[in-house]
Amino acid sequence: MTGIDSGGAPRAHTDRFGGRGTKAETLWCLARRPGSMREGTHSDWHSPARPTNPKSLGPRGNEVTSMRRVAITGLGAVAPGGIGVKEYWELLTAGRSATRTISFFDPSPFRSRVAAECDFDPVSAGLTPQEIRRLDRAAQFAVVSAREALTDSGLDVCRLDPGRIGTSIGSAVGCTTSLEREYVVVSDGGRKWNVDHEYAVPELYRHFIPNTMAAEVAWVVGAEGPAAVVSTGCTSGLDALGYAVELIREGSVDVMVAGATEAPISPITSACFDAIHATTPHNDEPERACRPFDRTRAGLVLGEGAAIVILEEWESARRRGAHIYAEIAGFAARCNAYHMTGLRPDGREMAEAIDAALQEARLAPDAIGYINAHGSGTKMNDRHETGAFKRSLGDHAYKVPISSVKSMIGHSLGAIGSLEIVACALAIEHGVLPPTANLHEPDPELDLDYIPLTARERQADVVLSVGSGFGGFQSAMLLTRPEARS
Amino acid sequence: MTAAVVTGLGVAAPNGLGTEAFWKATLAGQSALAPLTRFDTAQYPSVVAGEVKGFVAEEHIPSRLMPQTDHMTRLALAAADWAIGDTGADLRQLPEYGMGVVTAASGGAVEFGQRELENLWSKGKEYVSAYQSFAWFYAVNTGQISIRHKMRGPSGVLLTEQAGGIDAVGHARRHVRKGTPLVVSGGVDAALCPWGWVPQIASGRMSTVTDPDRAYLPFSTDACGYVVGEGGAIVVLEDASSARKRGASRVYGEVAGYAATMDPAPVTGRPSGLRRAAENAIADAGLTPRGIDVVFADAAGVPELDQAEAAAITGLFGRRGVPVTAPKTMTGRLLAGGAALDVATALLSLRDGVIPPTVNVRVPAPAYGLDLVTGQPRDTNPRSALILCRTDD
Repeated sequence: MTGIDSGGAPRAHTDRFGGRGTKAETLWCLARRPGSMREGTHSDWHSPARPTNPKSLGPRGNEVTSMRRVAITGLGAVAPGGIGVKEYWELLTAGRSATRTISFFDPSPFRSRVAAECDFDPVSAGLTPQEIRRLDRAAQFAVVSAREALTDSGLDVCRLDPGRIGTSIGSAVGCTTSLEREYVVVSDGGRKWNVDHEYAVPELYRHFIPNTMAAEVAWVVGAEGPAAVVSTGCTSGLDALGYAVELIREGSVDVMVAGATEAPISPITSACFDAIHATTPHNDEPERACRPFDRTRAGLVLGEGAAIVILEEWESARRRGAHIYAEIAGFAARCNAYHMTGLRPDGREMAEAIDAALQEARLAPDAIGYINAHGSGTKMNDRHETGAFKRSLGDHAYKVPISSVKSMIGHSLGAIGSLEIVACALAIEHGVLPPTANLHEPDPELDLDYIPLTARERQADVVLSVGSGFGGFQSAMLLTRPEARS
Repeated sequence: MTAAVVTGLGVAAPNGLGTEAFWKATLAGQSALAPLTRFDTAQYPSVVAGEVKGFVAEEHIPSRLMPQTDHMTRLALAAADWAIGDTGADLRQLPEYGMGVVTAASGGAVEFGQRELENLWSKGKEYVSAYQSFAWFYAVNTGQISIRHKMRGPSGVLLTEQAGGIDAVGHARRHVRKGTPLVVSGGVDAALCPWGWVPQIASGRMSTVTDPDRAYLPFSTDACGYVVGEGGAIVVLEDASSARKRGASRVYGEVAGYAATMDPAPVTGRPSGLRRAAENAIADAGLTPRGIDVVFADAAGVPELDQAEAAAITGLFGRRGVPVTAPKTMTGRLLAGGAALDVATALLSLRDGVIPPTVNVRVPAPAYGLDLVTGQPRDTNPRSALILCRTDD
């Protein structure tokens, strides 16, 4: 194959079978016939002659009990308005909005022209030239956040079995920025259906399959346990953490590097949200564009960023003297099975997820001291989840402070759930609840306490975070203050 | 602990639409690999693929869904219908929050995405479909299946390329064990359009041999890369006791063990996790390697990867210690559908007590030390199967 000059350097292919990472993952599945009969019948269902053990066994033969708890011991974030957890928290507690007029491309053709962009310089963020070339922007965010989280945790991975460390990364749209950029090149600006492979960069396949993002994060940490990308639209960030929690609880791993990343601010994303009027047309005052729970709210504001946390099995975190920000005490995901993009106003399925998460955490609804809402700022969402909170929490819904950090950092699709969990962990850590920015005119239909404009000093022992996503996904996660449950 | 059993299969494979058509073709060694017809391949170095032919979407998909679904999602919806029908379960009798959907994806609905990218860049943003926001994305199959069958329980979507089908089934098993009585799982993929083809060419691992019978020869000394196909399988997992309670007539098998590992970064020089994944899965099932009767191989068709897989298998089972097969030589590698189809194939193999063959490979490379099932199916009455898959990352 020959490279053809595309106005710059020729884009040569890597050698066949060479110059690439080896396969990143192996999985096995055992399927076993229940009995000796050719077709299963009731009578042979009991048969698998498996060694029985009163205690169930995990993949490495270790004992699994439902008592394994999950601690958050390290935080990392890349967010609009600040790279790193410290700057992210300063933005949130100041109630400052990082939304602005889109600068990554000319937004003038679009109905919605604002977004929450990250001022991210990969070089000063510590990425190597190889990483910068190889990784999509979203993967770069993830790698930088993972490094921060690992350092923050103080975990000495060299002392651990790498096979007991797993990776779980959420992302709704994967490497979409790189894919669109490369599409424009190989299609000659959309003119060719038969796109030209001779202009394809060697990294194109790695962008095509977003699981490479989980591989990159695993390599940063030296994790050799299970690794996956969880992609459930806008609940990916919560679901990736929920997936990680399950792996620790069941005993497959002791440590998870988990979180989510997204870099979706590109013309195709703007176009598809424009087409369904999901994004706001409030372009005139960009920092006031996202107005969750406000009467004048008119849609979401696209964002980007990443948050990665270190999750550890509680007892081993305690033994090594780790600082524990919070416990992930409960998680549940449900589907509304209603519509790919629509929500039912009564919030029934989200309430079901909240109830299930509370049940898993063995907590009563009135234990909740703060709710980090999905709060996307669309007419429909804010009604929907207000309905869900009332359904699940009853009268307590009127007493619990609620806020949406999307008012400040926009909606970074698959990443936002993890960014919100980091905000929740910090709220527990500092005894401060981030506000809902831009909430000047409360919607009379929405009659709960949405923490308008300024942060509130209040120690919450139990925090609920929820998310809704295209595809009908509804997720709920509960964090508890470590001192409150030890 | 609750056993997660498979009670329904739905197959949409290049060599067979529907479980029995696929299985018959597979036992007969009928390969579907052929020159690609979906688009003009004249300009590309790779031309062979495994296409699903004869699928008339309108016969399976409500007209309302046609404009908002890609070919991939239509195949997935059809396979899900077949799998659910195969269980004989009356879903109205099951609690709506007691049914979930966990599927795998790789590149999403690539053809839908290409069309909308083309609309955006050649005509303008007004021409982008209102359905683009969800029709192309990775979660689309889970979302559409859950809506169609009113399944409101724990669900999910996992992206691990070729390994996704097994990760999805492993996660579905978790949900079943935690108390969700029925979970639809597996994966169906389809990226046979130019924008799905070119990234695979860029990977440098796709076969450029033009003879369909010589293009994909895993474990052979002539191995020269892989061939890509489309399709996959949807499987229904149920809690064994609740399936029994509802009077399920058939159980294909139990998902007895599952494990996943991640290879270290190439620069570290540390060993691959392949064998460790196998050991963990076998231990998870409470078995030893001696309890495994057949291995369904990943069969990358790339010499270095074949060698690594053969080393892992022989390291665990000994030289020629277990029958190994790769029926995917008849379909090509199906991305997120591949491992799911292997799960279905393995269950059929257990049901009928016969190991389907690897086609086109006459003799495996002797150095690999594999007992590869070639030529005729082997009637060895396997009772347990091990399925291996890897991402091509």
